[in-house]
Amino acid sequence: MPRRFFAWLWSFLGFAYFFIPIYATLEFSLKAQKGVYSLLAYERVFADSRFGTSFIFSAQMAVLTIVLCIVLLLPTLTITHLFFKRFRVVLELLALVPFVVPSIILVFGFIRFYSRPPLSLTNTTLGTYGLLLAGYMVLAMPYMYRAIDAGLRAIDTRTLVEAAQSLGASWVTTMLRVIFPNIRVAILNGTFITFAIVMGELTLAQFLVGGTVAFAPYLALLGRARAYEPAALTVISLLLTWITIGTMQWLGRGQRINISGAR
Amino acid sequence: MPHVRRSVWLTVSLVPFVAFALLFMIAPAGILLVDSVRDTRGGWTLANFYELTNPLVIEAYLMSVRISVTTALIGAVLGLLVAYAITIAGLPSWVRSMLLTFSGVASNYAGVPLAFAFIATLGRTGIVTVLLKSLGFNLYSTGFSLYSFVGLVIVYVYFQFPLMILLITPALDGLKREWREASMMLGATPYHYWRHIALPILMPSILAATVLLFGNAFGAFATAYALTGGTLTMVTNMIAQSISGDVLHNEGVAYAMATGMIGIMALTIIGYTVLQRRSERWLR
Repeated sequence: MPRRFFAWLWSFLGFAYFFIPIYATLEFSLKAQKGVYSLLAYERVFADSRFGTSFIFSAQMAVLTIVLCIVLLLPTLTITHLFFKRFRVVLELLALVPFVVPSIILVFGFIRFYSRPPLSLTNTTLGTYGLLLAGYMVLAMPYMYRAIDAGLRAIDTRTLVEAAQSLGASWVTTMLRVIFPNIRVAILNGTFITFAIVMGELTLAQFLVGGTVAFAPYLALLGRARAYEPAALTVISLLLTWITIGTMQWLGRGQRINISGAR
Repeated sequence: MPHVRRSVWLTVSLVPFVAFALLFMIAPAGILLVDSVRDTRGGWTLANFYELTNPLVIEAYLMSVRISVTTALIGAVLGLLVAYAITIAGLPSWVRSMLLTFSGVASNYAGVPLAFAFIATLGRTGIVTVLLKSLGFNLYSTGFSLYSFVGLVIVYVYFQFPLMILLITPALDGLKREWREASMMLGATPYHYWRHIALPILMPSILAATVLLFGNAFGAFATAYALTGGTLTMVTNMIAQSISGDVLHNEGVAYAMATGMIGIMALTIIGYTVLQRRSERWLR
């Protein structure tokens, strides 16, 4: 049975490649105290106020990104779906932008375009945060687009919209109380991956706000000064990734293949 | 009349999205493309592209291409073997669903945490490095370093081969059992079957996925930044440096490099789309 043997060997290799670094990080994070396993690195991480502030900042950004993406995309996609089928080509092309324009180029373009008149957003904190949010929305676009699109395809959008409107519902009511509740589950896919992407995103945050404002730049900074705390933080962020993406995979409405994001 | 008003209203409803796309997707990339063909006084020029022959710039492009090609090839082969194991070789379905779930997570697990996970594994005091040392093998005396080309390849493969698994599994699932049976009936050996039927059918999918893996590594920045602090001479790193301060003493070159990068990524996605179309001829 050599074929079976090799099949097991390859899958074992795959598993090993996944798990050795994860196991090593976990063990490493417990070795802050010489000679014994301890949670010292975790205690130090939680004692640092910058952990809380950067984590909460990124989590807030992630939630805002998700909400704004839905607000922007849901009406657009519903209308495209019903009346402008040809506009879909434009949407498909735009969904490729985060791949064709990697985040390092995107942030370069942002800084070039928005740091001088007529639109100098980077002069104020609010402007910079707004720009960061817009950047996250660009990164999340393909996932949210595909999730909402799949949701709209799965339901009978036209009948629902016509039924709602013949009962006197406005467009806003139709969106909020008819379309959105019906595709909520389909959107979950997109929201989980968006959350994971924003939490782990370094490039935009590093160059737009820098320092320790967002989670990933804080982690990168800590990695330059410390040994065990970054490992502890990596374990925490790994748990977060596993929970979000793992849940999404098990919900599993078709495999999502992701070709951009926080690389 | 109501028809006219309705279509106007519908067009207006697309404005917020179109405005967002123009302002935050098209304009930032567009201005880099435009600036790459302008000089400091605002005239049109191709001088910035001649500057790309600067040895440092060429070194950066070569390094980026080397890393992307190497990790795409290793990722493709390893991913193909695992995908083969969980599809055609018929391992139990729990192995398949577990590996696909892990692939979904790992193909997204990149950036700073990934770099730190590997520092904890193969860094100078990493768990595996220390373990090998206690077994009498000093990894770092062999000239190995995690913070070098080889190290970066090992780290990138962590998200490359799971992506390959996700991309190629549907294609392997699409190989029909009847094709194999028909060829066997006509006297083909497994070698003949693979050489003349399965591989030709799979080849466009394999190539398409490999091309995508190349682009996936080429545009990556965060992982290498966290691992090497941006010291490796790569295109992404040089662009990052020119954002923070002018290393090339010529802003125009940075715009030209960015344009080159967008060009390469666009070619990648075009190549992927063309090959993917070809593969759909057989695999539906």
